[in-house]
Amino acid sequence: MSILDAKIPAGPLKDKWSAHKAHIGVVSPANKKKLDVIVVGTGLAGGSAAASLAELGYNVTAFCYQDSPRRAHSIAAQGGINAAKNYPNDNDSVFRLFYETIKGGDYRAREANVYRLAEVSNAIIDQCVAQGVPFAREYGGLLANRSFGGALVSRTFYARGQTGQQLLLGCYGAMNRQIEKGKIKVYNRHEVLDVVVVDGKARGVIARDLVTGKIERFGAHAVVLATGGYGNVFFLSTNAMGCNGSAAWQAYKRGAMFGNPCFVQIHPTCIPVHGEQQSKLTLMSESLRNDGRVWVPKKIEDAKALQAGTKHPNDIPDEDRDFYLERRYPAFGNLVPRDVASRAAKERCDAGFGVNNTGKAVFLDFKYAIQQLGRDTIEKRYGNLFQMYEKITAVDPYENPMMIYPAIHYSMGGLWVDYNLMTTIPGLYAIGECNFSDHGANRLGASALMQGLADGYFILPYTIGDYLAKEIQTPKIQTNTPEFEEAEKHVTDRLRKLYDIKGTKSPDHFHKQLGHIMWDYIGMAREASGLKKAIELIAQVKEEFYKDLRVVGEFSAMNNELEKAGRVADFIELAELMAHDALDRNESCGGHCRLESVTEEGEAKRDDENFKYVSVWEYKGENTAPELHKEELEFENVQLTQRSYK
Amino acid sequence: MADKILKELTLKVWRQKDAKSKGGFETYKIHDISTGTSFLEMLDILNEQLVSENKEPVAFDHDCREGICGTCSLFIDGRAHGPDDDVTTCQLHMRRFQDGATITIEPWRCGAFPVIKDLIVDRQAYDKILQAGGYVSVNTGGVPDGNAIPISNDNAEEAMDAAACIGCGACAATCKNSSAMLFVAAKVSQLALLPQGKVEAARRAKAMVAKMDELGFGNCTNTGACEMECPKSISIQHIARLNREFLKAKLKD
Repeated sequence: MSILDAKIPAGPLKDKWSAHKAHIGVVSPANKKKLDVIVVGTGLAGGSAAASLAELGYNVTAFCYQDSPRRAHSIAAQGGINAAKNYPNDNDSVFRLFYETIKGGDYRAREANVYRLAEVSNAIIDQCVAQGVPFAREYGGLLANRSFGGALVSRTFYARGQTGQQLLLGCYGAMNRQIEKGKIKVYNRHEVLDVVVVDGKARGVIARDLVTGKIERFGAHAVVLATGGYGNVFFLSTNAMGCNGSAAWQAYKRGAMFGNPCFVQIHPTCIPVHGEQQSKLTLMSESLRNDGRVWVPKKIEDAKALQAGTKHPNDIPDEDRDFYLERRYPAFGNLVPRDVASRAAKERCDAGFGVNNTGKAVFLDFKYAIQQLGRDTIEKRYGNLFQMYEKITAVDPYENPMMIYPAIHYSMGGLWVDYNLMTTIPGLYAIGECNFSDHGANRLGASALMQGLADGYFILPYTIGDYLAKEIQTPKIQTNTPEFEEAEKHVTDRLRKLYDIKGTKSPDHFHKQLGHIMWDYIGMAREASGLKKAIELIAQVKEEFYKDLRVVGEFSAMNNELEKAGRVADFIELAELMAHDALDRNESCGGHCRLESVTEEGEAKRDDENFKYVSVWEYKGENTAPELHKEELEFENVQLTQRSYK
Repeated sequence: MADKILKELTLKVWRQKDAKSKGGFETYKIHDISTGTSFLEMLDILNEQLVSENKEPVAFDHDCREGICGTCSLFIDGRAHGPDDDVTTCQLHMRRFQDGATITIEPWRCGAFPVIKDLIVDRQAYDKILQAGGYVSVNTGGVPDGNAIPISNDNAEEAMDAAACIGCGACAATCKNSSAMLFVAAKVSQLALLPQGKVEAARRAKAMVAKMDELGFGNCTNTGACEMECPKSISIQHIARLNREFLKAKLKD
């Protein structure tokens, strides 16, 4: 028996959640008033959890690094949110949503968790409608649906291209109502930098006030981390500039184990990198591949001329264009899943056929769709995206092919949690993108919003009650104890150490270096030799960082450089763990391809015999290798198959 | 199509140590900026330059850098979010500027948004207005099916137009009266257009307007500057709806 207990309820898949709810502890209204809960992060998961817990009667303290909870990065999600409503009558069901999510994740997620996610998906839509979220409607007044990658039915609900924004504003509204009632206290512009563990239980956090620089202690009966993903370890990603892995990483160092750190998603349709000074990448909705054709030149001399700017893409005749997705995957063509499209683009660019002055881009051409459907139709479908593309690149995509390239978009890995969403530290929960649980090795489009809200509205409020029911005798957590003192000192010392290096290079300098290593060796395609090299290179960056970092500004005041230094320090350590995890997983799976594990035709090959497990890493100390535990995945309700899109 | 290089730019940037200190403009020279660089990346480059000179970087608010989170702000050459229409500062690119130009960069100027540091202001006043009633009072769970109440496509679309507000503060910062009417109107209008929001429409309009007044925002004199500078093109027609909702509520008193 592994030390990991996922606490998956017994019984048939479809009854697990209701049976579990029937048997877990419940806290009485009178006792809820005496219990405090800390929620870190106010995106869809954190915001919905904070509001729901406060409505139940708990006293909630919420933290966000932004200047308002409304700005968490869930706001940037464009496409939509999945639910098994079956409104279009196209034979959708809870089972089908479950099945497609498990399959999309390449069979590396837990059946019980994913089934529950599908089960509560419908209630999320109802909840958001009741809050006044302006979902798209049909002329008859009912909710509209659209289809999305990896699904055979239309189950995606949307609010124009701003679904994440509207859902987040919905739960921010619910939070506001509880703030007004005094049930939630929000600390804006506060960054949580450590979790405090007392007698083996999470009892609080240490946070830095980003305005004053003051380091403060906060106690509670339970702590919920909803801090999002760690895609920014790659420096360039579609994440917001402030997204970071620090709170989750410090929790890991306090004993919360980390699940599948090497599973990150790479989105194929982003605007390509334009230069060294670029700060982030912008996603163009996946829906563009419905009408755009992806190509690169067939002739290497054409590619060179395009890179040099001596030839225009429109001058290359059709017969000299390589529509490589249509060529390699005749069945799915341009609509292959995200990971397949991303790898195929990289393959062409690595072979020298990439375009743009960097050679790191492929064309997404709407010429054919415009010829066939007319400009008006294309404008109606993608007008806002085309406008966004033109604003950024100054290229008119109606007249010229768009250029796209893959970019880091989402982290499926995260803190390991059991069925109750509790980490391996009792009383510490992880929800939303922060945990590892529902997307396996690859997330389907429109499922991130679903998971965040499922965790926050409908799962955590039940499961946390089971833990807190045993805490009703625990008085208010005092923060003047040695454990809080030690944690506060730990945070102060760590920041002070960075501040006192007084070297010559900014945090961004090291962050960019780290990003290059991550992208080159721990990106879409990986191999043992490269991963070993990455481990060496990361160690070099780390050494240089602690020797030559420069943090200007004051220590105890608003200081963005100090914030960045702390985040980069944690990213460097996280990068090491990702490399070790990727090295261990000698199979191609979901978002990544392991070059040692491919079919004869060069397609990704999953290895269920040897790798049908969740990699769960335990921190063992500063200079000691982390220990790998394995949670074996059992599939009782789905048949494992190799994905094929040919 | 191809990016050009702006050889030299002069930046006049507002520097202010903290809320209590007096601020002033500092002038910086910056060189060799590609026109494909975003405005905020240009400020990143300035900050790298300042760090290399061991000087404190310019503090400015930013996060998503794709025009949706509402964190970025800035008056650029006297205009909220700069010279481009319908974009946030983070979506502005340097191709909008000429080589040799002098660019003036200031924080939002609005009494209800005090400066925290340099170009960063405190916009919690907007949160407080929404806390006063900018929501539908429903708890999690126990709500009707999403399709139980049909909503006309027109109303849903118009509600969405209003709901697109990103809470950046450009409207109040631009208004000569520092009025937050467009911001308040966007939320009141969104919820007044939907059956879910109608139940408490009167209470909401009164509470939000009262909070806006209490926090020191000015009155609306219909100049329309807010609509002009709103990066999400939110129409002042929503202000008309707010006025209607407010009047209706007051008549019932």
